[in-house]
Amino acid sequence: MTTTTKKSLVVLGAGTAGTMVANKLRNRLPKSDWHITVVDKTDIHDYQPGYLFIPFGMNTPEQVRKTKHAFIHDGVELVLAEVDKVDPEARSVALTDGRSLAYDYLVIASGTSPRPDQTPGMLGDEWHRSVGEFYTYDGSVALRDSLRRFRGGRLVVHITELPFKCPVAPLEFTFLADDYLKERGIRHQTEIVFVTPLDGAFTKPVASKELGHLLEERGVTVETDFMVERIDQERKVLVSYDEREVPYDQLVTIPLNMGADFVARSGLGDDLNYVPVDKHTMQSTQYPEIFALGDASNIPTSKAGSVAHFSVEIFVENFMELVAGQPMTHSFDGHANCFVESGAGKALLLDFNYDTEPLTGTFPIPKVGPMTLLKESRANHLGKLAFRHIYWNLLLPGRPMGLPAHMSMSGKIPADAA
Amino acid sequence: MPSTTIAGRQIDVNEEGFLSNPDDWTEELGAEFARLIGVDMSEEHWKLVRFLRQDYKAMGETPTLRRVSTQTGMPVKQLFTLFPGKPAKKMAYVAGVPKPKGCV
Repeated sequence: MTTTTKKSLVVLGAGTAGTMVANKLRNRLPKSDWHITVVDKTDIHDYQPGYLFIPFGMNTPEQVRKTKHAFIHDGVELVLAEVDKVDPEARSVALTDGRSLAYDYLVIASGTSPRPDQTPGMLGDEWHRSVGEFYTYDGSVALRDSLRRFRGGRLVVHITELPFKCPVAPLEFTFLADDYLKERGIRHQTEIVFVTPLDGAFTKPVASKELGHLLEERGVTVETDFMVERIDQERKVLVSYDEREVPYDQLVTIPLNMGADFVARSGLGDDLNYVPVDKHTMQSTQYPEIFALGDASNIPTSKAGSVAHFSVEIFVENFMELVAGQPMTHSFDGHANCFVESGAGKALLLDFNYDTEPLTGTFPIPKVGPMTLLKESRANHLGKLAFRHIYWNLLLPGRPMGLPAHMSMSGKIPADAA
Repeated sequence: MPSTTIAGRQIDVNEEGFLSNPDDWTEELGAEFARLIGVDMSEEHWKLVRFLRQDYKAMGETPTLRRVSTQTGMPVKQLFTLFPGKPAKKMAYVAGVPKPKGCV
């Protein structure tokens, strides 16, 4: 039995981060020495950024959905099962079907999920009807149907709590809804309201200003510092902890996001089931043989595919050093890169990291672009649309994309000069 | 870095008036910060402020409203009653710890 002498890497989750890391490491770790296993409860792989476009008919549901196994390289074992618990002392993962997997190293890449059950009144008869969402496949398809039935009134876009996946998506939804309602000739009889627990449109000052300005231009009312306590589906109102009420005809909510429940059961999570890690190496603060990648960790940057992508590249280099008995020399800087659809065939681009907020300028080539940072342009929109193909064909298979993992300041205009 | 005189002491604060160095904090300063934002400190207020300081020291970051509620057992609703409007920000201000980052 040669397998008993092999080392074992177990990856929990075959989403963006899990798939990339398994594929990249399969190319780097010798098959004779390493067994790589990926565990996921489903074989469905959705291109999640595509959910945003489904309610407006800009993507068909089929365009965003593929199978997982098609993207997992040969030589990686895909186990379709639910994780019950990790036993970090015994270095083993118990599955709910009774099987267990021993590991030498464990990567937790089980992401974050919307949890409508955590806000009283969010689930109920009107869930996926007048209380809509676009963070799941079913939700975005249901919202497409609700919007088709919408004849005007109050359209309320609502953020429950931070952090949540793809922090710019609610803004994009708002811009696209403005466009969509204009095209249908019912914008003038619709009031769009953007409800946020933050004190502005976005967390980072320069971007908050630019994005807040775009909301203003589109006649969107912004309700800030709103912490929802419950939703009253009968009266169609959001109620906050300080007893403010926001009425709606169609609500589009971003539910509380939480990491996987098995993370909590295993004693590896924080208050929202995210795995506390070193923000530069993604290594668990409790167990050196455990890493958390993608949305599953508590690193203080966006929960977004771009972060998963850039941090996986850093992790792979570090992991090769680690298993060779060397110190890990690569450090993740929190680099995130987000397209923001602003409607009318245009988009903005945000590029930022732990230390530098999103700035204006050009990307990826200084002064040339072709994409513009924090300003609307057609090129950005085309970049966003093209990304679905890049995702399936280059990113998931682990092929190089030519974008640096670390953020660069060239071509950017510093905040104090802007 | 702006500085200001509070409770007879010269202290450094940031643009939003938050204490620059959490180690400069004293109960006297906390009471003065509370007075500046119109909060009348009760024992429950102090319990929260002490939790924020202790948790900040242990974790290296200001706890979120959710964490304050689960760790102290005080319902979020009550946090809004004790520190009306913006409890997370107001508690941090009084406790002399950084404004909670609404993560990106």
